[in-house]
Amino acid sequence: MGAVTTAANPGHAHHEEHHHEESFVSKYIFSHDHKMISKQFLVTAVFMACVAVMMSILFRLQLAWPGEGFAITNFFLGDKWAPEGVLNPNMYLALVTIHGTIMVFFVLTGGLSGTFSNLLIPLQVGARDMASGFINMLSYWFFFLSSVLMLASLFVEGGPASSGWTVYPPLSALPQAIPGSGAGMTLWLLSMAIFIASSLMGGLNYVVTVLNLRTKGMKMTRLPLTIWAFLITAVLGILSFPVLLSAALLLLMDRSMGTSFYLSDIHIAGEALEQTGGSPILFQHLFWFLGHPEVYIVLLPALGITSEIIATNARKPIFGYRAMIGSILAIGFLSFIVWGHHMFVTGMNPFLGSVFVFTTLLIAIPSAVKVFNYITTLWRGNLVMTPAMLFSIGLVATFIAGGLTGIILADSALDINVHDTYFVVAHFHIVMGMSAIFGMFAGIYHWFPKMYGRMMNTRLGYAHFWLTFISAFGVFFPMHYIGLAGAPRRYYEYSSFPFLDSVMDLNVLVTVFAIIGGMAQLIWIYNFFYSIFRGPKAVQNPWKSNTLEWTTPVEHVHGNWPGPLPVVYRWPYDYSKPGKEHDYVPQTVPIEDGEEEH
Amino acid sequence: MTNILIVLALVLGVLAIAQLARVYELTSRLRGKREEDISPGDNRLNAALWWVFMVVYYIFFFWLFFRYRDRMLPISGSEHGEALDKLLNFNWIILFIAFFLTNTLLFWFAGKYYFRQGRRAFYYPHNNKLELLWTVVPAAVLAVIIIYGLRTWNEITEPGTGDMEVVELYAKQFDWTARYPGKDGMLGATDFRLINGTNPLGVVTRETVATRMQELADELAEIEERLANEVLPDDQVAELHDRTAYLQRMRGRITDLRTEMEQDIAEKGEASPYLAGADDLVIKEFHLPLRKEAKLLIRSRDVIHSMYLPHMRAQMNAVPGMTTTFRMRPTVSTDSMRIVTGNPEFNYVLLCNKICGASHYNMQMDLVVESQEAYDQWMAGQTPFQAPAGAEEAPADEAAPATEEGTATEEAADAMAAMNEN
Repeated sequence: MGAVTTAANPGHAHHEEHHHEESFVSKYIFSHDHKMISKQFLVTAVFMACVAVMMSILFRLQLAWPGEGFAITNFFLGDKWAPEGVLNPNMYLALVTIHGTIMVFFVLTGGLSGTFSNLLIPLQVGARDMASGFINMLSYWFFFLSSVLMLASLFVEGGPASSGWTVYPPLSALPQAIPGSGAGMTLWLLSMAIFIASSLMGGLNYVVTVLNLRTKGMKMTRLPLTIWAFLITAVLGILSFPVLLSAALLLLMDRSMGTSFYLSDIHIAGEALEQTGGSPILFQHLFWFLGHPEVYIVLLPALGITSEIIATNARKPIFGYRAMIGSILAIGFLSFIVWGHHMFVTGMNPFLGSVFVFTTLLIAIPSAVKVFNYITTLWRGNLVMTPAMLFSIGLVATFIAGGLTGIILADSALDINVHDTYFVVAHFHIVMGMSAIFGMFAGIYHWFPKMYGRMMNTRLGYAHFWLTFISAFGVFFPMHYIGLAGAPRRYYEYSSFPFLDSVMDLNVLVTVFAIIGGMAQLIWIYNFFYSIFRGPKAVQNPWKSNTLEWTTPVEHVHGNWPGPLPVVYRWPYDYSKPGKEHDYVPQTVPIEDGEEEH
Repeated sequence: MTNILIVLALVLGVLAIAQLARVYELTSRLRGKREEDISPGDNRLNAALWWVFMVVYYIFFFWLFFRYRDRMLPISGSEHGEALDKLLNFNWIILFIAFFLTNTLLFWFAGKYYFRQGRRAFYYPHNNKLELLWTVVPAAVLAVIIIYGLRTWNEITEPGTGDMEVVELYAKQFDWTARYPGKDGMLGATDFRLINGTNPLGVVTRETVATRMQELADELAEIEERLANEVLPDDQVAELHDRTAYLQRMRGRITDLRTEMEQDIAEKGEASPYLAGADDLVIKEFHLPLRKEAKLLIRSRDVIHSMYLPHMRAQMNAVPGMTTTFRMRPTVSTDSMRIVTGNPEFNYVLLCNKICGASHYNMQMDLVVESQEAYDQWMAGQTPFQAPAGAEEAPADEAAPATEEGTATEEAADAMAAMNEN
């Protein structure tokens, strides 16, 4: 192959660069192939996730042992932000902010949808590629650029954005209020604007591909649930992300052009500002109009992935296929009319609050349907305990634990006393963070053979799963109690409030589990990168699955299928169908005479 | 250094596990086992682990529950808080049932139906009756939760009528200030442009307007003098011109405000809020009388803050540019709560619960809930925002009620009884 140098592309350093082959750039960097783009998204997201996890460990150390110096904190942040290893309060807020931003947007939106929508939509609907390979490529490179900008914001003078991932103005609008609202915040807004462009390009492609490029026989009611989930996710993104973009642009104008969309009657740093007539509440409405669908943009792909994996590994059709689609649609619809439940104590009209209580609690119904359907799918199944299956069952457990506390938070009266406390932190980390991450891990273990043509190590997968699963509950379960004791989130330390002393030992427990959980991810990283190069070679259909992606050759080819496109005759969940020889019947097998479709 | 060593040890540990797994993988590959074939042993092991996990999970749950149950917030110090706690407990019961039901089914099935060669899964694609059942039952339960929740919410957020103690809570980075209406029972008008060292809340009175105008005039004169007499670099000159323009605009706005004030006074006379500010109490202490409804008016000077009184189950954001309100009736005095919590140092605390900057974590003010007599006495000892010229302050009423301690003990007993009922 000739001379090999290290990669010029920092996002995925494992790809080797071959100077002799001109096609390298078009194959590995500016690829139009959805499979390659999917891997690019994945590796970038893994890198971003490592940054965000490391940040969380640094602020967890501060929360467990406030004011103590840690060499590791000093190592990463230097003398400016961590003199003698003691985290600076402004940097603490910055870490919390960037941890949230990276996890929500770059890992669980860009990473999750970018990886699996890209990989699976063409393969599972039977298309040669995405509707527009070029826009798909742009989508990745916009994502890459926005990641670089976000990381660059860590190195500016005043530190990165530090007004929380929700960047509420006026805090985020005024550098006088917090140093992170200077250049760091500008970069944050630019990065998000580019990220939104990326997400829109990706989303449009996903929708068009699912609607227009399905192969012969692939009716909407024969689509795997993954595709349904990705489709609705993309629709949510297309409808809600532009609103965040406008919110960000208005904020940018308030910051640098003296407009007053969000600012009014402010006196700061000894000076009365001239802006009047704006409202900070407007930003919150715009932000959460994206922000709440965003929760489902993160969650739905994970639910789709696990639906597919649970059915395959339970060797049993997913229970209530149509009800599952119905709940995805219901959740998608409702997610647009619940944003106000983030704003019960902002001074919003209480009657408006009641409306949001009603719509929010309605979401519990399709969610309950999904949980019961998952459980029924396991009932009398034949469960193959692959690491992907373990993570999928784990997702159901976190979805239950986190979903239930959502009922407390959705109740406006109860929200008064738990709003913005650790109870909220516990809730959304379990239901959104853990569930989506588990879905992502499940997807990676399951489709790794399709992505890289090799197998990941199962035993390491088991160790990774159980350590992660235990630490997830170890970290986030005790936080409910910290919150119910009245501890606000985003506090640098709690020693000035003696009434919270009684639960502060939980902070140590949480941090210990966070470190264990963080370390457990090293097992996965080792397994992932080692298996890319050295894992045992995969066979075509390792999990004996029905869906179309397993009819493509192990070695990737352009256009996915070397011959004509496959034709689909049945739904994807004919597992253990009575009267069939094997316990799976691929979608390409014609219906026999007298056989009922399902 | 030790930290780095610990991290290093952990990394090496991970690598060791990885190598062990590799050895295992190589030996199994030699035996012809493929990576995707999950061995019967692995299936059994993971199935057993689901059951083990379920048990550990429940133990962890109850351990946390029993260990920390008494370390949560004590009984509510306010009336609506009691209703809210009842609602919360009602919700917990439903959630606990759902939690144990679904988790037990999930982990039980996950552990029971692991793969066995020769066995076939039950082909069960759907059952409309079952699905209808678990759509309707959650819907019915949620209807109860919604109705009960909204009734409580409506009671809490009603505007309230009758005699209320009005207190303004004013937030800025990073402290709280309280403002009481003073003898006239009316809070004076405010404007953020009047804020200065002696008028932290920007209360509008004829005097504060005049003072602020004078300040602006002084600064303008100073700049003019500098521009006339000093030789300055161009950029500084430009800066001073900008500053002049800013100050002139500010002066224009305050002139408008003055006009508005005079008109309002002319129209309403004594009822004008512009005359009500002088006797306001602007203080760093926050007291409320026991059992009297209080209407808290919440404002912010700079960024969003949140008024959070966890022991009162009260929270409302402080948003610059608008006034938010929260209505509550304190039912347990500070002294009684000291007895309830067994902590003689106990104080109700008002903290900030919306990220607001570097010292967000220490933006607090104590709340003292006391009998009406003690409250009145405390109030009488405070100096108004602008002491009326010439009039010496009347000495505070010395007749402190001796029965205070007795009532406190009674309340504490009531509170204890309430807690035991729960």
